[in-house]
Amino acid sequence: MENIEARVKKIVAEQLGVNEAEVKIDSSFVDDLGADSLDTVELVMALEEEFECEIPDEEAEKITTVKQAVDYVTAHLNK
Amino acid sequence: MSLQGKVALVTGASRGIGAAIADTLAAAGAKVIGTATSESGAAAIGERLAQWGGVGMVLNVGEEGAIDALIDTIAKEHGDVAILVNNAGITRDGLLMRMKDDDWDAIMDTNLKSVFKASKAVLRAMMKARTGRIINIASVVGAMGNAGQTNYAAAKAGIMGFTKSMAREVGSRGITVNCVAPGFIDTDMTRALPEAQRDALVGQIALGRLGDAQDIADAVLFLASDKAAYITGQTLHVNGGMLMP
Repeated sequence: MENIEARVKKIVAEQLGVNEAEVKIDSSFVDDLGADSLDTVELVMALEEEFECEIPDEEAEKITTVKQAVDYVTAHLNK
Repeated sequence: MSLQGKVALVTGASRGIGAAIADTLAAAGAKVIGTATSESGAAAIGERLAQWGGVGMVLNVGEEGAIDALIDTIAKEHGDVAILVNNAGITRDGLLMRMKDDDWDAIMDTNLKSVFKASKAVLRAMMKARTGRIINIASVVGAMGNAGQTNYAAAKAGIMGFTKSMAREVGSRGITVNCVAPGFIDTDMTRALPEAQRDALVGQIALGRLGDAQDIADAVLFLASDKAAYITGQTLHVNGGMLMP
């Protein structure tokens, strides 16, 4: 779990061009980290690649915070 | 203008404008993949482009999944597409009063939907690369209209609107999206017109002659090059002064 959280935070920091220390578990991509709509699409693409999964668009829309991303990946990696 | 080391995909590269574009980009150093709708067409393109290391591949833009599969194959065999030229197009001319739904749908699928699908398919790699060139071949008809081409003009005008919107979406990632709008170019498509109609059209061209496919290819080469890095969302009209929008 911690491992996944760290990996997600690293990707978020890289994609959004922010310092990893700024990325908290409850950070919102748009409100806290300054992402625009294209950034969030790219972020999902990066998560898909990192965790070798495919995130359907309906699910991707619901991922707006670091925690939601971690939860999604955790739930789907365990399957 | 060197395109050395860049992978360029040109749809509809068998004849006319598409063939000239494929050859011109290849001669400028790009690794060109030219598409045709048939195996024999793809083989002929491959022979033509071989001198520059280019290849021909089959693409039926209307076929479900065909574009995505092609982009995957290109990525594996040659690398990610850096330059996409959406050139493939057909005509189904006729007066609106007599136009069949099929004539409308065929034009929209082949000339407009294909632009959407191919552009979307190459976008992921371009976004990651933070650079890319998409050049859509529109038509003067999309800007000025032409009796007997409601379907074709609608699709070509649609390409221009698509281009502007996409340019706004992806500009922040260093990707430019532009149109080249050919005027009356001497190709098989225009040779099919009756002579009286050709003469009447030439009379409206300031330079007094038909354009050559190479005129279009040179404009595409410019937009594909680093020299055009600050141009996006534009339609470059190459029409000898037939229309000055």
